[in-house]
Amino acid sequence: MSKFRKKGGKELPPISTASLPDIVFMLLFFFMVSTTMREVTYKVQIHLPEATELSKLEKKSLVSYIYVGEPLRQYQKTFGVAPRIQLNDEFATVDDIQDYVTAEREARAEEERPLMITSLKVDENTKMGIVNDIKQELRKAAALHINYSSRKRAER
Amino acid sequence: MAKKTPEVPASSLADIAFMLLIFFLVTTTMDVDSGLERRLPQWVDPDQIDETPQINERNIFVVLVNRNNDLLVEGEYINIDELRDRAKEFMANPTNAENLPEKEPKEIAYFGETMVTKGVISLRNDLDTRYGTYLAVQNELVAAINELRDELAREHFGKPYDELEEDQQSAIRDIYPQKISEAEPKGKNVGGN
Repeated sequence: MSKFRKKGGKELPPISTASLPDIVFMLLFFFMVSTTMREVTYKVQIHLPEATELSKLEKKSLVSYIYVGEPLRQYQKTFGVAPRIQLNDEFATVDDIQDYVTAEREARAEEERPLMITSLKVDENTKMGIVNDIKQELRKAAALHINYSSRKRAER
Repeated sequence: MAKKTPEVPASSLADIAFMLLIFFLVTTTMDVDSGLERRLPQWVDPDQIDETPQINERNIFVVLVNRNNDLLVEGEYINIDELRDRAKEFMANPTNAENLPEKEPKEIAYFGETMVTKGVISLRNDLDTRYGTYLAVQNELVAAINELRDELAREHFGKPYDELEEDQQSAIRDIYPQKISEAEPKGKNVGGN
């Protein structure tokens, strides 16, 4: 009986929090390594299509992005619901693409320019009309290496 | 007993680390960017388009996608699940069938003189085709060629295509080139011709 009474009498020592920073740092490093910085704030809704034959975009610095999709809810009053193009942080039209590609090219070192890739992030419900216009503009701007951004689908 | 050195307070270290952690959680994204890699053809001025070289009918694999996202392959409606096998059959032409593409002999490293197909895949879509469908079709066509390359690599080198040396890969690429041509889309219904 005395065994039980003894336990209740003593006060519980406080839990040591000395190892808490170590745990949190471990989490921190995990996230730092496994994630990438956001490039831009999305102004359009993009639900990427699925594909199996994917290749990874190895060097982020060589990639320029073109986003296409419906404007987000808060922009729909001004820009409507039809799919729009977004370059950097701005809505753009098809005519702006050549300038954008030129600007992106100017920003890279000369030896990197032939390796540049344009990544098209297009919502899967977009009509091909707008995508074709973009492709024509990219051809005119001689940005021929493109990547249709898509999610991984499990092989059937 | 020697005097105890006072302990450095470590309780606030956790707070600092948490702050950093939350910052990284908010500003970064997890997804690795990946996608279907393609090369666009060089831009040609529409005015100076020269007569496109005549390609024999049997050498073209026509894939049409209409505005209702239906597929018409070589004149018949098919489901997208069948597309990969059809494309593989077309590019490989294992039985040298009359209606499938011709082959021409070509000198290729590692293989010697090999019969290389002259087949070209032609993909045409409508302006109202869904992008998701278009990409699925592209994916199947690329997958068909990738599978053929992989099969050849396993047969000849006993290794999957990805593990081959650069020049071995290039030899296989010569045998199964990724010839997918995309014509300008038609505004009207594409199924007609």
